[in-house]
Amino acid sequence: MAEYQNLFTRVQVRGPVYAGVPVTGTSWTRSGKPFYIHLFGVLGDAQVGPLYLGITGVASLICGFIAFEIIGLNMWASVDWSPVQFARQLFWLALEPPPPSYGLRLPPLAQGGWWLMAGFFLTASILLWWTRVYLRARALGMGTHVAWAFAAAIWLYLVLGFIRPVLMGSWSEAVPFGIFPHLDWTAAFSLRYGNLFYNPFHMLSIVFLYGSTLLFAMHGATVLAISRFGGERELEQIIDRGTAFERGTLFWRWTMGWAATAESIHRWAWWFAVLCPLTGGIGILLTGTVVDNWYLWGEKHGIAAHYPAVWGTVTDPSLSQGAAK
Amino acid sequence: MISGVKLGLGLVGAVGATLLGIAMLSQFQAPSLEIVQRGYRGTAMQVNYNEKQLASYLAENKVPASLPQAPAAGPKAGAVYKNVQVLGDLSVGQFTRLMVSITSWVSPKQGCAYCHNTANMAEDSLYTKIVSRRMFQMTQHINADWQPHVQGTGVTCYTCHRGNPVPNNIWFNDPGPRSPSGGMISAGASTGQNLAAASTRYASLPYDPFTPFLEGDHSIRVQGDEALPGSNRHSIKEAEWTFSLMNYFGNSLGVNCTYCHNSRAFSDWSQSTPAKVTAWHGIQMTRDLNGDYLKQLANAWPVNRLGPTGDSPKLACATCHQGVYKPLYGVSMLKDFPELARPGAAGLAYLNASWTPASPMDQEKVGEQGKPSN
Repeated sequence: MAEYQNLFTRVQVRGPVYAGVPVTGTSWTRSGKPFYIHLFGVLGDAQVGPLYLGITGVASLICGFIAFEIIGLNMWASVDWSPVQFARQLFWLALEPPPPSYGLRLPPLAQGGWWLMAGFFLTASILLWWTRVYLRARALGMGTHVAWAFAAAIWLYLVLGFIRPVLMGSWSEAVPFGIFPHLDWTAAFSLRYGNLFYNPFHMLSIVFLYGSTLLFAMHGATVLAISRFGGERELEQIIDRGTAFERGTLFWRWTMGWAATAESIHRWAWWFAVLCPLTGGIGILLTGTVVDNWYLWGEKHGIAAHYPAVWGTVTDPSLSQGAAK
Repeated sequence: MISGVKLGLGLVGAVGATLLGIAMLSQFQAPSLEIVQRGYRGTAMQVNYNEKQLASYLAENKVPASLPQAPAAGPKAGAVYKNVQVLGDLSVGQFTRLMVSITSWVSPKQGCAYCHNTANMAEDSLYTKIVSRRMFQMTQHINADWQPHVQGTGVTCYTCHRGNPVPNNIWFNDPGPRSPSGGMISAGASTGQNLAAASTRYASLPYDPFTPFLEGDHSIRVQGDEALPGSNRHSIKEAEWTFSLMNYFGNSLGVNCTYCHNSRAFSDWSQSTPAKVTAWHGIQMTRDLNGDYLKQLANAWPVNRLGPTGDSPKLACATCHQGVYKPLYGVSMLKDFPELARPGAAGLAYLNASWTPASPMDQEKVGEQGKPSN
């Protein structure tokens, strides 16, 4: 007999394609006739479409495309338009923010002006997409939890690329666009500001990051484990708790003495996920603006352990030999 | 049609996963690792050695046998030969021994004729002779005046040359790829970074950390010594340049950051190892040697020995260290060649040439307009 599983579905239920609830209060309608793709059905729902882009969706895609093009063409220009080098070094290439000498002024295009422009269009694209996520949730009569979770990520993005640079008085404090360059920037950021690990909000952010993966694993595993009793039908189980949820709850009571409920576990997960960029953004915002060296700050507040000096006294040779370079 | 798509996607996935797997695995080292602790426990201050790599490094960094000492007695080279400017006070025997040794260290294939006109050995017609004379002086200067870095071990020609007329691991000012032709990035607007560069171990960090730090004397220190803002005006971009230089240091010596630093507080000397002090003297030494010796030879070198901007070849950590924490694993060749440890002569006036190195790093400092609002 065919077996129904949660992720890798061998059985695909196929009725008439479903267009969704009627769209009201807008001149846009969902476009395209829905259809099935078997392969998609293996990983999730087999139905594709209909799609609703709306004004915000279209504007977001246009802005995103402009940002993508500005970044990509600048990267390509940096290897003198060589297609081979562009492909070979793609992960290394970047569009850098202006040098520090420009502060918050508008630099020439080649000196970071393109970076500002790309940042503007990328931000516009992201904010338009957020609006779309918000409006679509409202249109369906849903809560706006997805939009606010997305907003938490946007907060971190804006702190890194806009709010903190403005507070610091220099665009050069922002992140470059590029795969490796933004990672190297992150390391350089921590080096410049005396080790981000001593930043309490960075600590909190890591707690919520790792906590999110832990909660996700616990919740996912629990639901999979009780799906043989219909546990994946969470809404039905919330309204009318059956044996699946009784077993799941009992499992956690037995193993750790206490269990979240089928409803509250999603609040746990949502808050952990949202607090990760929220606290992280606060940590970034405080860096350079109110704390310049996090290690020294940590030492001052007693959170840096003292280690014995195994090498004896090592002192700065420049103190006896002239200027520190 | 659906099954075709399925098969196609499956194939693409399988090929992609295989390629990605190979690419990733190629970046790892096979076990086993030898770990040497260099700091207090729990601080990850350690040096990791791969046994296979270590074996090849040990083989590559063997010291060649020295010729037996020649008697110091007898007529002096300066009296017997013409135009002996640096080593004239050696006996003829000692002088000949050193010349034979340097031939095996520097030009084993090319022989004496690499530097000398064999018809008239005293003649200065070959540029290589002018350069090597200055290099003798440089070697003497290093051994006599830079003991805080080279200590008693010292250096000889072989430390850098290793049988090559031009040492490996020299460097030139790197202006980056040829000036982009398009309108997007004008000449001179290069950030000096974001290309795959061996100099910084294939990070996207600035690819020429040498020019500002080891030719010029830009400040390497970017961390402040106060917890709160106010006194430290270095930019994140400057930190990237320092990071790049430090990557090069680690790569040149076959060590990681914690060989010198406690990585929780990079700038704190009291938590660092004594190797950091040695390295600090090495930085000063490198600036001195590049400025007073190598750049002074700018007019001596033929065009094919110069860099893309017409600059002299210059040295840095890897020129001597060659991937090893102490060049030649700390075996001293100098003790067999004490004549290389005498104080070097002053700069030769006719070779003088100087210019100010320009680097994209110049624009990374916080200017007056870009003052952070503290």
